[in-house]
Amino acid sequence: MSAGEGFRPVRVTTPLTADAVAGLRTGDVVSISGTIYTARDAAHERMAEAIADGRPLPFDVAGQVLYFTGPAPARPGAVIGSAGPTTASRMDAWSPLLIERGLRGMIGKGLRSDPVKASMRQHGCVYFGAVEGTAALLAQCVRSAEVIAYEDLDSEAVRRLVVEDFPAVVVNDVHGGDLYLEGRERWRRS
Amino acid sequence: MRTIAAEDLTEAVAQLCITANTCLGEDQLRALRRARQDEESDHGREVLDRLLENAAVSCRDGVPFCQDTGYAVLFVDHGEDLRVEGGLAAALDEGVRRGYERGYLRKSLVRGPVDRRNTGDNTPAVVYTDLVPGSRLKIRLLIKGAGCDNMSALRMLTPAEGVEGMVRFVVETIERAGPNASPPVTVGVGIGGPFERSAVLAKKALTRPSGEANPDPQLAALERRLLEEINATGVGPAGYGGTQTALAVHVESFPTHIAAFPVAVNLDCHSHRTRSIEL
Repeated sequence: MSAGEGFRPVRVTTPLTADAVAGLRTGDVVSISGTIYTARDAAHERMAEAIADGRPLPFDVAGQVLYFTGPAPARPGAVIGSAGPTTASRMDAWSPLLIERGLRGMIGKGLRSDPVKASMRQHGCVYFGAVEGTAALLAQCVRSAEVIAYEDLDSEAVRRLVVEDFPAVVVNDVHGGDLYLEGRERWRRS
Repeated sequence: MRTIAAEDLTEAVAQLCITANTCLGEDQLRALRRARQDEESDHGREVLDRLLENAAVSCRDGVPFCQDTGYAVLFVDHGEDLRVEGGLAAALDEGVRRGYERGYLRKSLVRGPVDRRNTGDNTPAVVYTDLVPGSRLKIRLLIKGAGCDNMSALRMLTPAEGVEGMVRFVVETIERAGPNASPPVTVGVGIGGPFERSAVLAKKALTRPSGEANPDPQLAALERRLLEEINATGVGPAGYGGTQTALAVHVESFPTHIAAFPVAVNLDCHSHRTRSIEL
């Protein structure tokens, strides 16, 4: 997160290398710059169908970062409408298919399943948390946005975004760290 | 019999949808600022700072605070001596349609869980109407996102499980939701009535100004206890760990059966958007 007290964000540039992913630790505040791709429920379902049918995906996922979001409509002259993360667990059924194909990062909010976390550790993929209620601020980090597939899905279409200093936190790293579990245990008073 | 024109109601609802989605209410802003003061974790304070910054930017630029501009849920107190010329239901739907189009708000509703084609205009409005004495029309609008609604729960407790069982169920619901409900949350709890009444009450409880206590001292005490126990879970802002998991707990109660203790818990995320008007 940008310029918070006590946090100096780790700068992350996409696409991600295996080394870059291995260097990230649960709880790290990061600032992501480069190209990322959006997809949520309906787009994941179609990508899974493409994989099952042996057709190519809308983009090569190797090294890439996927952002689980369905933005609000852009106002005239704006690059994109408000665009915060949606609940990532709804993508759990499909995420391992993409992680096995080299996906290196996911941005969302909320818990991931054990099979997803195991797949992330095995193949080297990190899960970044973003804050849904900062959707207007996150949209300001988007320099360009272009629908590249499934245009009929409207807000749920796959978009290629170029982002600058997109704030996030490492929730699940490739070393087994989990901010949701560790944070809760640290602050539990019951 | 007083008469109002459907067009006047439609325009008021359209504007209400836009305002609710772009500018958080003063009560919610106060609750977030208080949470920022009280939060002990660094990650938690950072999240709360960004939420407050986002609120300033979205309201200034007229863009939605959250991209999930949700269902438009309207609780209507309809005076018995009032008639909406052109029809109440059509006027409310048209207001939502117009507000979501004009405000560049996301259209998030599909025709049904099976036919998942988008309705295209965020209708139908979700409307709950109570007939009340008089000739006024009071509307409380709640913009309800799905992430937190998905983590809501209802249980038919037995009277023997009682208040202790209810408290346990509410806290369990928060624990299970964790980061998925986008904390710090506002917690609506509906108790009593038959099955469905508790669910509607839980949602209606969310439209109360943040932190305003139930006028019944017994229920107000229960709200304070629940808030304390929820904030002891450690879930914290965005689920990153912290002391501020809920901003407020609102309990609404209704008479119930001698054999029943229904409890419904409806969670609302940190993008807690509610507004009211009176015509």
